[in-house]
Amino acid sequence: MKKPIWFAVASAGALFALMAQDARIIVTGGEIPVIAIPDLRGAGDAQKFMAAFNETLSADVKACGRFKMVPKTSLPTFVPQQPSDFQQPTPPPAAPPTRGRKQPPPQPVTAANGGGRWMRDWSSPPVQANYLAFGYTGPQNGVLVLQGWLYDLRKDTPANAQLIAKRYLATVDEAGARKIAHEFAADIITLFGGQSLYGTHIYFTSNRTAHKEIWMMDPDGKNQRQISKFNNISTYPTVSPDGSKIAFTSWVKGQPAIFVFSVDPVRDLRYYNQAASVNQAGSFTPDGKQIVYASSAGTGRCCRIFAANLDGTGFRPISSSSAIEVEPKVNPKTGTDIVFSSGRSGPQQVYRMSMDGADLERLTPGIGEASNASWHPDGQRIAFAWTQGYATGAFNIFTMNVATKEYVQLTHGDGKNENPSWAPDGVHIVFAKTRGGSHQIYSMLADGTQLQQLTTVGRNENPVWGR
Amino acid sequence: MFSKRKFSIICLALALTMFAAGCKKKVPAPAPPPPPPPVVAPEAPKAAAPTVAQFTAEPTSIQRGQTSTLRWEVTGPVTNVSINQGIGTVQSTGSSRVNPSDSTTYTLTATGPGGSITGSATVNVSAPPPPAPPPPAPPAITLTDRLASDVQDAYFDYDKTDVRSDARDILSRNAAALKSILNDFPNAPINIEGHCDERGSAEYNTGLGDRRASAAKEFLQGLGVSADRMKTISYGKESPQCTEQSEACWQKNRRVHFVAGK
Repeated sequence: MKKPIWFAVASAGALFALMAQDARIIVTGGEIPVIAIPDLRGAGDAQKFMAAFNETLSADVKACGRFKMVPKTSLPTFVPQQPSDFQQPTPPPAAPPTRGRKQPPPQPVTAANGGGRWMRDWSSPPVQANYLAFGYTGPQNGVLVLQGWLYDLRKDTPANAQLIAKRYLATVDEAGARKIAHEFAADIITLFGGQSLYGTHIYFTSNRTAHKEIWMMDPDGKNQRQISKFNNISTYPTVSPDGSKIAFTSWVKGQPAIFVFSVDPVRDLRYYNQAASVNQAGSFTPDGKQIVYASSAGTGRCCRIFAANLDGTGFRPISSSSAIEVEPKVNPKTGTDIVFSSGRSGPQQVYRMSMDGADLERLTPGIGEASNASWHPDGQRIAFAWTQGYATGAFNIFTMNVATKEYVQLTHGDGKNENPSWAPDGVHIVFAKTRGGSHQIYSMLADGTQLQQLTTVGRNENPVWGR
Repeated sequence: MFSKRKFSIICLALALTMFAAGCKKKVPAPAPPPPPPPVVAPEAPKAAAPTVAQFTAEPTSIQRGQTSTLRWEVTGPVTNVSINQGIGTVQSTGSSRVNPSDSTTYTLTATGPGGSITGSATVNVSAPPPPAPPPPAPPAITLTDRLASDVQDAYFDYDKTDVRSDARDILSRNAAALKSILNDFPNAPINIEGHCDERGSAEYNTGLGDRRASAAKEFLQGLGVSADRMKTISYGKESPQCTEQSEACWQKNRRVHFVAGK
């Protein structure tokens, strides 16, 4: 029996057309919206991919950090699959919009609840959700179709409650099921002012092939794939603002040198390294046209901060200290200032300067060692690694408002936590955790919660989050 | 009845007689038998040929350089006994030591009034086993070997790049060794690797390793080692020789290390 997909689309479309993408739910009063996402079911062949679908949908919505998730165990037993599955607790309307679809007999008016058939079954205890995501999937003409709805349970009728009513299409396989789950989740997250990370990528270093190589993966740790294949040491990736290119450092030619690759397809773009014992990539400028990096060129001592064109030409020094200065990161918003690590006052600290090397200031107070600065997309905050309060080398992740230099500690021991990198949504941070002998990549919300391990195989480090 | 049988016998006899008379008349006479051989008068007995009673080699198989003994005994009337292969005429009984270099068959010829007779004896000669090989030549000493045996790592303090006093001693000894090595391997460059422990950020450590390698290079240069032959490569903390989290291990990783360049 086929689901009446087209009917559902038609009826939903008639009432709500398509969601205006500008619409945002403004959550006031600091209350975190509570969302119920029951497991959706699939018709026919679609059902076997629904475990992947439901896992992905819940994980994405949870990971965005904007909702409180209702545990699936406390949901009603009856799960509506389409708007017509809802019933009114009051005597049913004269003409229920079922168009002949066989419907269970109406509940007695005196019933305490509808077992999931009433909207208020979802908004009252024990569920107490503000929002309900539901729907179903089914294969149709070789295409996997998701019919997804999001209801605002504070509204009185299903007709008023509808925030999302949308059809999503994919291939009939697990990858397709994950894709439409990511897309449905992205629409929900966007509606609440969030930014879906679906489609962004995390680049990192892994030695799982016995050599350190550059790898990439999806934000949930899926689709891990190898980028560099030098069979040497290749590490310290950085990603261009549009996500199309990466720069990294490799020892494949002997001394450490910069490589710039396109990502799709993977191709060596032939960066020209100026003669130096050390060249190591730092970051791209926001316009994607230049690279700032650390080099021993000129002085013969690593390293000063340099800038060069994307092909390595037009290089020029920016900093002039005789100390070790590395990890230059250009402000992604303004393109006018750089944060970097320097040993000019002793143990390495995080500094900031203008693109021309002027207006130098130390951001970290000089205690312990501070490094790995990474800009928030807003260009006002950084995340960084700091040993303050811990043993030498025992880094933790902090964030800092660059203007006020106020900082917040996000990780608290449990091994070494370093190399933080902000997600494009400005809400998530990916970082490297070393605990025992294990080196793995984790993500978390920028308040330190929702820790999620993304890698398991080999030694993984130096993550950077790109588009 | 009696007369009848008698008559039959007479008739049969008669018939046989007539038949026999008829056959004789038709067959020709057979050829005469060959004549007997003529009687020959016996000659005077001839002298008997000599006999080779023994002709042996002992042993029959030797290794080259060893000897074998030929023994022979010729009986009967004999006027001359000789053995080929350069031995020549010999007594009718005797022995001779031979040391052929290859397998050889000796032929003894005994001649007497009654004729000649020969005998042969073969000595098989095998090549001796190959001599014991000479002791193996000492292996060629490579640049890598020389560096491993003659040049030591020099160690550094945490987050420091200056050459501390124990490292000065090591590098001074290394300088002498390196000058000798560079002289022996006139085309070989030396890589000075700078390494760091795992603490500190990776890219900062790459800077630190670069400076450690440079400091060692400058120190060696000051002692007369050719700067052109030394190349620095910083590995930062990317290539530790020890991965435990202890000061002993960290100290092992804070070093400069010397390897053959390419």
